Amino acid sequence: MKFKPLPKWLGLLPLSLIIFLSGCGQMTVLNPKGPVAQSQYDLIMYSLWFMLGIIVVVFGLFLYMVVKYRDRPGRDESDYDPNLHGNTMIEIVWTVIPLIIIVLLSVPTVTTLFDLEEPPVTENQTTEEPLVIHATTADWKWFFSYPEQGIETVNYLHIPTDRPIEFKLTSADAMTALWIPALGGQKYNMAGMMTKLYLQADEEGVYDGRNSNFNGEGFAAQTFKVHAESEDNFNAWVEDIKNESPELTMDQYNELLKPGLTEKMSFSSTHLEYVQHHSNEGMGYTVERFRELYGEKLHLDADEVEHQETFD
Amino acid sequence: MALDEFFVTGEPLIYAGMVSIALVTSAIIFLLTYFKKWGWLWREWLTTVDHKKIGIMYILSALVMLFRGGADALMMRTQLAFPGLEFLDSQHYNEIFTTHGTVMIIFMAMPFLIGLMNIIVPLQIGARDFAFPFVNAVSFWAFFLGAMLFNISFVIGGSPDAGWTSYTPLAGAAMSPGPGQNFYLMGLQLSGIGTLATGINLMVTILKMRAPGMKLFHMPIFTWSTLVTCFIIVFAFPILTVALALMTIDRIFGAQFFTLTGEGLPMMWANLFWMWGHPEVYIVILPAFGIFSEVIATFAKKRLFGYNAMVWSMIIIALLSFLVWVHHFFTMGAGAFVNSVFSVSTMLIAVPTGVKIFNWLATLYKSRIEFTVPMLWSLAFIPSFILGGVTGVMLGMAAADYQFHNSYFLIAHFHYVLIAGTVFACFAGLVYWYPKMFGHKMNERIGKWAFWLFLIGFHICFFPQYFLGLDGMPRRLFITNIAEWLPLNVISTVGAFGMGAGFAVFVFNIYYSYRYSEREKTGDAWGHGRTLEWSTTTPVPFYNFATVPYVDEIDPYVRMKEEGKTTFDEKKLKPIHMPSYSGQPIIMMSFFALASFALVFEWIPLAIAGLLGGVACMAFRSFDYDDGYYVQVDEIKRTERKARGL
Ligand code: HEM
Ligand SMILES: [Cu+2]
Repeated sequence: MKFKPLPKWLGLLPLSLIIFLSGCGQMTVLNPKGPVAQSQYDLIMYSLWFMLGIIVVVFGLFLYMVVKYRDRPGRDESDYDPNLHGNTMIEIVWTVIPLIIIVLLSVPTVTTLFDLEEPPVTENQTTEEPLVIHATTADWKWFFSYPEQGIETVNYLHIPTDRPIEFKLTSADAMTALWIPALGGQKYNMAGMMTKLYLQADEEGVYDGRNSNFNGEGFAAQTFKVHAESEDNFNAWVEDIKNESPELTMDQYNELLKPGLTEKMSFSSTHLEYVQHHSNEGMGYTVERFRELYGEKLHLDADEVEHQETFD
Repeated sequence: MALDEFFVTGEPLIYAGMVSIALVTSAIIFLLTYFKKWGWLWREWLTTVDHKKIGIMYILSALVMLFRGGADALMMRTQLAFPGLEFLDSQHYNEIFTTHGTVMIIFMAMPFLIGLMNIIVPLQIGARDFAFPFVNAVSFWAFFLGAMLFNISFVIGGSPDAGWTSYTPLAGAAMSPGPGQNFYLMGLQLSGIGTLATGINLMVTILKMRAPGMKLFHMPIFTWSTLVTCFIIVFAFPILTVALALMTIDRIFGAQFFTLTGEGLPMMWANLFWMWGHPEVYIVILPAFGIFSEVIATFAKKRLFGYNAMVWSMIIIALLSFLVWVHHFFTMGAGAFVNSVFSVSTMLIAVPTGVKIFNWLATLYKSRIEFTVPMLWSLAFIPSFILGGVTGVMLGMAAADYQFHNSYFLIAHFHYVLIAGTVFACFAGLVYWYPKMFGHKMNERIGKWAFWLFLIGFHICFFPQYFLGLDGMPRRLFITNIAEWLPLNVISTVGAFGMGAGFAVFVFNIYYSYRYSEREKTGDAWGHGRTLEWSTTTPVPFYNFATVPYVDEIDPYVRMKEEGKTTFDEKKLKPIHMPSYSGQPIIMMSFFALASFALVFEWIPLAIAGLLGGVACMAFRSFDYDDGYYVQVDEIKRTERKARGL
């Protein structure tokens, strides 16, 4: 039997993983900018060590078996045992070790899950009280309403640093998800419901946010920029919007709910008193009014998405 | 409905598709007529109830679907690597990823595996056909016509565009009006009913028709995997059937199960879909595990290590697979407690899966590995699948999944398990059992080319996608509009074309081997067969076994070879009862396909006519007293002597 080269380069895969990982300080998820993303990063890194361990063990055993026990002329007869078919001891070992690994992975997973249900607590936090922002989606835009401040923005978001943000998520139509990878994982926005997501930025900067759950033609363009700034700058920005932006009328809000793309906007009032998309009564609001518009195709191409990005 | 609404217009790619469909169809019609093959086609194939022929038809259809799904994939990858080309617009891209996913899972992976089960399971247990051969034909035609119905959507009426998961409310009548989504519903419904019937059929076959003496724990591991899969099918598919029916009623008759109006429950769809959908991913992986076990034992020339553990781990996986569906929407906000429970149950699946991996490795221990093409596919599966498995566990850690969900990390995970698992197994199984099916092997040298191209292409394509996910690239995005994502996308596309080349070489090998491979003279083509399918002659006579051997151990053919026993014991010959061929399955399912087609366009009278036609066929069938015929001892003797050169 002619010996064929083994998939040896496969052995390089875990190595390349390490190289990749060392060079990926830039990867958004692995470069957290707030406590929520940080706790998820920690969990991912913790799990990655176990995974690398498993990969090394299995690849090692695999290469050993394939090299050592390949059929080749002049191989020692004594290490061929066609009837070997079980060994209780070793089978118990390789059942119990994975079980232990699962337990070791479950504990931090469960504690992190419970932590993420509460606003993050960090040392340099300025106030305990989270800032409440309603994040509402309609095909294919984002509405951010700040009830305390009485303002609303479309397709962009300002937040103060070092203060937990409590996002109240809902949707006017299809299901979407709010994802700002630099600040933490996503959660769904659903019509007829309100979900809660806590995030916080520790560093000032501009981060990418988007709808990550596919919802039709304009999905790629449903992005927004997150401007994380100091408490003072944030307050100044709020004042600006309050003084300079128009009120959001019900007519204009209805107009905005129609499927389509729109540029950035800001208003000195919110849509929250007009309709409660998360309530049973408000759930069908958009679809009931604009049903016939959903059938029309945008035939959106790359240029138009690019154009949309320039508004961000 | 005007003709220009009926046909999809305005897309050059789709016009090209129409032209090629028209050309291929006329070529087939011409050839059949020219060579006067219509009668042969009808008598030998369209009316067959022989499990081996039905299996071959399943596999051929699956290969065609793999081509279709692969073409979709290459179009998507082209678009993502060259966003400047404006090759596809958003709408077109959405249609393509939807059909890609649906075709690959429902019309490629499952039928491919069901095709192999069809051919091999009865041979492995010493049966002469399925328990219900007629139903088997019905199942095949349900699948085939369902697949065709789904596939014509891109030239007629327009393709579905809400993803293979078709989440409501997006996929509902309000936001996805028109026939597109109906094609998804009716195509899946029709073929799903076929799958359910096959599940029952194979389950009964395995439970009731084993060779004398063969206990459950003597069965070959591929048969075991089939049995376990059948249980999953029987419990999971009714959920899909109901979910599809509810959405159909929503869309066509205006009910409000999953709508935003009338206090519908859109998230109920997600729950129902994944209550079927997660077991479904195990429906396509367990038979793959079975195939790898057979191939590895054969070419390691050694008994499978830990047979009992292999069986029990499959049973445990099957049970657990019904308890994890929520992991597909951890981000729905069900709360920390619910997510914790489903996190742990999800990660637990890794334990029996790990046990299987170690058992395969231990099978290699003290073995004598021969690197044939099926063995190469099976060996490559182990390290490749591990990468998909460990990332599955990472996805199962719900708190981390908030970052992975809906991203390319998830895409990389499921392609690693589905391709390295299911697709490699389909190739391994096809090459391994090819001589049983067609009387000659596939060329090994060309086969190795196909293997290496595909394997290397696969890793180049999907490994970078883990990192794209970690860099925040979401799935289902039609454009690579963030500069940092572009390099890895280009690499990924290169890999995808490598896989395409591998598949092309594989298909070429089918043609090449048909022309040039040496014809098989013995039944035990590889020389190391361990299970009963290798004890039959090649080609396998239509009644499979002249005499069914008594089996009271695992790998019975090993001993049969030692003792010189065959499946032709002249003293024990008796007339064999066989089912008659029938045109009823294809006619019956054509009526149901007509009804489904009519429902897609919401032509209710035609749908009712089609349904009545189908029901009439069923009534006719219940008064059909043809219960088969007997093959006489003389004929068996003649056939066997000829096949064995006696
Ligand atoms: C070690 C065992 C496995 C674990 C722990 C696991 C875990 C997961 C999890 C948690 C998800 C959902 C991720 C998300 O949406 O955020 C997922 C998705 C998926 N898995 Fe696995 N998985 C495993 C094995 C498999 C196997 C064997 C297959 C199929 C052969 C498979 C196919 C899929 C598919 C198709 C999806 C995504 C479907 C979609 O959203 O379109 N997985 N897996
Ligand atoms: Cu799953």
